[in-house]
Amino acid sequence: MKSSTDKTSLSAMSLWRRYPALKGYALASPAILLMIVALVSPFLLLAGTSFKIETGSSDEWMLSLANYEFFFEKSHYVNTLVRSIFISTLVALVTVLLAYPAAYFIAFHVHENKMLWLIMITLPFWTSYLLRVFSWKLILGYNGFINSGLMWLDLIKQPLDFILYNTNAVILTLAHAWAAFAILPIYVSLQKIDKSLIEAAHDLGENKIYSFLRVTLPLSMPGVVAALLLVFIPTVGDYVTPKLVGGPKGLMIGNLIQSAFGRLDNWPLGAAISIISMITVTFAVCLFLLGINRVRKVLI
Amino acid sequence: MPESSFISIQGVSKHFGSIVAVDSVDLEIGKGEFFALLGPSGCGKTTLLRMLAGFEIPSQGEINIDGEQMSTVPPYQRPVNMVFQNYAIFPHLNVFQNIAFGLRKDRLPADELEKRVSDVLSLIKMEGFGERKPDELSGGQRQRVALARALIKKPKVLLLDEPLGALDKNLREQMQLELRQLQKIVGVTFVFVTHDQEEALTMSDRIAVMSAGKVLEVGSPEDLYEHPQTRFVADFLGTMNVFDGHIHARDGDSYIVDTRELGRISARIESQDFSKGEKMSVALRPENLQIVNSQSMTVMDGSISGVMSNTAYFGNSAQIYVELEGSDQPLVVSIQNLEGAASKAAHGNREVTIGWSKSSVLLLKDA
Ligand SMILES: Nc1ncnc2c1ncn2[C@@H]1O[C@H](COP(=O)(O)OP(=O)(O)OP(=O)(O)O)[C@@H](O)[C@H]1O
Ligand SMILES: [Mg+2]
Repeated sequence: MKSSTDKTSLSAMSLWRRYPALKGYALASPAILLMIVALVSPFLLLAGTSFKIETGSSDEWMLSLANYEFFFEKSHYVNTLVRSIFISTLVALVTVLLAYPAAYFIAFHVHENKMLWLIMITLPFWTSYLLRVFSWKLILGYNGFINSGLMWLDLIKQPLDFILYNTNAVILTLAHAWAAFAILPIYVSLQKIDKSLIEAAHDLGENKIYSFLRVTLPLSMPGVVAALLLVFIPTVGDYVTPKLVGGPKGLMIGNLIQSAFGRLDNWPLGAAISIISMITVTFAVCLFLLGINRVRKVLI
Repeated sequence: MPESSFISIQGVSKHFGSIVAVDSVDLEIGKGEFFALLGPSGCGKTTLLRMLAGFEIPSQGEINIDGEQMSTVPPYQRPVNMVFQNYAIFPHLNVFQNIAFGLRKDRLPADELEKRVSDVLSLIKMEGFGERKPDELSGGQRQRVALARALIKKPKVLLLDEPLGALDKNLREQMQLELRQLQKIVGVTFVFVTHDQEEALTMSDRIAVMSAGKVLEVGSPEDLYEHPQTRFVADFLGTMNVFDGHIHARDGDSYIVDTRELGRISARIESQDFSKGEKMSVALRPENLQIVNSQSMTVMDGSISGVMSNTAYFGNSAQIYVELEGSDQPLVVSIQNLEGAASKAAHGNREVTIGWSKSSVLLLKDA
């Protein structure tokens, strides 16, 4: 009797039965493995590099916080980081503001071929990111589409030079580039809303605007939060767009990291800036989520 | 008919493309009535209710509520509130906020609001549930919150779309009673949609039976059950034995009707007029049929013999199925289980004689 139960409890099947979590780990193991190889170890390498410093001879290294000190001593670096956070925040807000009506339209007013509309939204992503940024250059440039159009209409005499090579151009280009990442999560959260809830709000005396503010918007908040994060986090580190359309005033932290690894050939410094930027983003996101929670508690 | 019509629906139709969901319906509903819309699935009950609420605009016809033309009034300005089929409780709000949702425009001071909400909470017997989130409520509690949320608006008319459909049988029966009592207390006109004929019979003052977008008959539960005018209503409400027939003759206060299954039978004339030879239907309620014993003293106006084939035992009563010669449709006879009569009667493939009185024979126009 006893020996037979011992035997069965040893088999993998019954182990899984008894500890369902094991099965979960087994299923997740390929992903965990990939994470360790492709994410955790490079991160540790990066963190390690950031504490290194070159001493005179090229193959001698020592551990120090000098790279971090260097970063915080240079106001140019710190300012760029602050500006990156600021630009990405604006990009996230602008993108979500632009994406919400589009998602709303597809969720509530398109009844046939929703899939077609969603595919059309991802259409710009079928070309390379670089090409898309370049086309914005063509649109916003000194002899670009907007300027020549306005001149052709005789609305301006001289091409406007404030529309390219500044922060606005970066925000516009990034907002366009990331639009689909905002539309999709918002669309999903709107699509999930039971239409009878909106009817119930009308039934209880609220017109369209108030029904939206009191029912639709709060219920789509998970999608909005996801969209804000999905746009904010990756755009902080972007360096292609600021380089191509940002001009000197539109530089972002990604550009500093790139030049540290590239032109300056100072990998430890680049690693330190990366780590600082990562920590700042994490901190900003936590702050944002805490704030959202607070707002939710107050409103509800 | 109600003395004064409070809701008046005149010639209302609703088309969805080529589908006719509601087909020229005329209804008058009185103030304070508990009015049921009864019909099988897809007959247009919800669509009619949604037109009263303002979510659908009639393709044709007019709706008046308390003397006011409703066609162009949006849902949020109508003096009606609705309890949705799935309750539509706001998942992001707690019970208190759900119930208070419709009071925003009243701009009540906090203590007044608190009082109004706790009043309805005690009306629905859910004191102390204010802080609960909707996903922490049972089906019956959710149903009550939906009810409270609508009632706190003090509507002139409360619309209920199968509000008890999602509840299990015991809870449903309890809620039927509570809902009826609540309606008496608040005195609001209830328009209640259901496809459950028993529920409609138990709860309503009057019932409109719908089929395929049309209202076939309107009347009190007793009227519709005891004197249905159409074959559909006779069949739909309760169990009914219905047979095709035609009028053979009129004989004083009775019609003589020929049927294939029951032969020639006579029926007391109520209100309808039939012409000689007219095709129609004859109906007999199972409870109006009796097993005739040799020693039985009552004199029957009609009778027929058959073989008992099956019994459905319900505890307090039983239904006996009697096979008639030349018919594949058994005659259903209901007997009360007095001192075990039902279980005693239910034995074997006995031959039995079934009798009825002629006043219980219903004559139905073929629609
Ligand atoms: N928005 C709509 N578009 C097209 N057809 C509809 C729409 N709403 C209802 N219908 C159709 O109208 C008819 C009546 O529908 P309705 O929902 O009123 O039925 P019901 O009596 O409430 O049925 P149930 O008891 O199943 O709820 C059905 O055939 C339905 O398919
Ligand atoms: Mg329905």
